[in-house]
Amino acid sequence: MDYSDLLQETTFALLSNKVRSGLTILGIVIGIGSVIAMIAIGQGAQNSIQASIQSIGSNLIVVMPGSQRSGVVSAGRGSATTLTQADADAIASDISGVAVAPDITKRYQVIVPGQNTNTQVIGTTPEYVQIRKYDIAEGSFITSDQVRSMARVAVIGPTTASDLFGDGVDPIGKIVRINGIDFNIIGITVSKGSSGFLNQDDFLIIPITTAQHLLAGVDYVSTISIQAPDQNSMADIQQQITDLLLARHRISNPQSADFSVMNQADIVSTASSVTNTFTILLASVAGISLIVGGIGIMNMMLTTVTERTREIGLRKAIGAKKRDINLQFLAEAILLTFAGGFLGIVLGFLLSLLISNFMGMATQVSLFSILLAFGVSAIIGIVFGYYPAQRASKLNPIEALRYE
Amino acid sequence: MIEIKNITKSYYPGGVEAKVLKGISFTIKDGEFVAIMGPSGSGKSTIMHILGALDSPSSGEYFLDGKDVSKFSDDELADIRKNKIGFVFQAFNLLPRATVVRNVSLPLIYAGIPKKEREERAIKALRSAGFDESRFYNLSNQLSGGQMQRVAIARALVNSPSLILADEPTGNLDTKTGDIVLGTFQRLNAEGKTVVLITHEPYVAEHAERIIHIKDGSVLEDKKNENKRVIKL
Ligand SMILES: Nc1ncnc2c1ncn2[C@@H]1O[C@H](COP(=O)(O)OP(=O)(O)OP(=O)(O)O)[C@@H](O)[C@H]1O
Ligand SMILES: [Mg+2]
Repeated sequence: MDYSDLLQETTFALLSNKVRSGLTILGIVIGIGSVIAMIAIGQGAQNSIQASIQSIGSNLIVVMPGSQRSGVVSAGRGSATTLTQADADAIASDISGVAVAPDITKRYQVIVPGQNTNTQVIGTTPEYVQIRKYDIAEGSFITSDQVRSMARVAVIGPTTASDLFGDGVDPIGKIVRINGIDFNIIGITVSKGSSGFLNQDDFLIIPITTAQHLLAGVDYVSTISIQAPDQNSMADIQQQITDLLLARHRISNPQSADFSVMNQADIVSTASSVTNTFTILLASVAGISLIVGGIGIMNMMLTTVTERTREIGLRKAIGAKKRDINLQFLAEAILLTFAGGFLGIVLGFLLSLLISNFMGMATQVSLFSILLAFGVSAIIGIVFGYYPAQRASKLNPIEALRYE
Repeated sequence: MIEIKNITKSYYPGGVEAKVLKGISFTIKDGEFVAIMGPSGSGKSTIMHILGALDSPSSGEYFLDGKDVSKFSDDELADIRKNKIGFVFQAFNLLPRATVVRNVSLPLIYAGIPKKEREERAIKALRSAGFDESRFYNLSNQLSGGQMQRVAIARALVNSPSLILADEPTGNLDTKTGDIVLGTFQRLNAEGKTVVLITHEPYVAEHAERIIHIKDGSVLEDKKNENKRVIKL
């Protein structure tokens, strides 16, 4: 029996029970489809997070409170009280050529008559707009005077603006209320685009002093953003900041620093490790459905072997060897999973298209996930087809022929 | 050449021994036309399965062309069945959802014959079994018992085996078509093939050169058929 015969016998057998073959394939289709879609979501999230981080600003260095442990952003962020305005001022005055913007960022419920939304409220200084590369679409950004006078003014992000006031409504001059305090909107930024999980247009920016004293009632800052003059001076400036803050915080051992100084590359790699974990999690949940699909294949193949016992007996009687029977049933299982794998890839593509079109999440179907899907479906075919095929090939021909 | 010596076969339905064959010995030379005759349940099909290397005896020896069949591996047995033997089963054993031609060409797949030749040979075999030309591509579960019988015969012939084992090949046929089938076997025998015909009907057995009479698992009588009926096709 050569391979074209094998293929023919196999397709013939599968087509003579279309409904069952179809339902069995469905399990694999859903499994492979969801693995591909999940990996596409993860990959898309990763890409968009990286893109967002790049667009935060160039030559950016961020100082965060919390211990400096191999660039893990979240380490010790709960104790986010170690950085102060004075630290920011010291960096600005002691290190030459840098722009510095401290901020205190918290989420608040923001209210306008008849509407409200939960958004992040960034209390910061005028330098922020330049360091974080925001452009003002209309109105103006907060000024030093407003910071000094604890003015109740706010610059609004386009997403927040449309959430609160609706699309196409000019928010300038409108009043929003945060924690019972009214803020006058003085400007709106140009959209940076939102992608996936990170919406960069959903915020309110207010003077840092206002945020500290009127809203939060604290005097620390959550992060300090620093812009280095150029790429080459980044490492040097990072080191200077570290030394300066260690000295100011009276810490002699850099290992026990109560802050971390990171550049964009650090942030990107940290975010990547987070999204990787997330991707693996999604994919393994989808993988479970693939295993269930595989069990479906095995179930069908076992039923088929039982149903076709007489046929197997006959094939053996007319000269089929163990290997022929084994191959035939294995081929049926593999063909099922391959058909399922192929349709699953198509489904995965469609799903990720749907997700990015209707849910606004960026997705990317990678070649890797397609190869993975094909590999996995072949392996599932072999693994779950092996036992039924073995069983078929070991049947005694005469007992098989007598089987009712 | 078939030589069986003191073959026994026992089954153990429900744990109790049932002796189906109780020491059968005979020799069939190449080119012979032998009928194995006996009442229902006497063990004829069991003998055929053993002769066809499909089943193994509980004790006794079986030499096929001088070689001890019990020494063969499963794959070697499969090769013997593929190359030397054509079976016509009592229960036909056709693939129900496959066409007539496909059923008949099935043994050729395992013999590694190219696709085009398979179909030609299947059609030739169907013709020589007297199968209705207009039904070559019908599904085999849409045939009458007699038609299935002829498909089963064609399938046994398709690989031009040297030994044909036919279990009640005329059981479902009327006398006229039965005679055609018996004539076919006589013709094949004249062409040099060994034919072993299993039947419970004396009329059918009389078409053979020699009749082995089985009863209750033993050979009752084994003699040359003096007045052989010859069918002229
Ligand atoms: N697998 C089996 N298990 C138990 N008993 C069996 C088995 N196969 C055959 N037998 C018994 O062996 C005996 C002989 O069976 P066999 O099929 O050889 O008879 P036969 O001569 O071909 O009869 P018939 O003319 O009705 O076809 C029967 O009594 C049958 O019940
Ligand atoms: Mg019988």
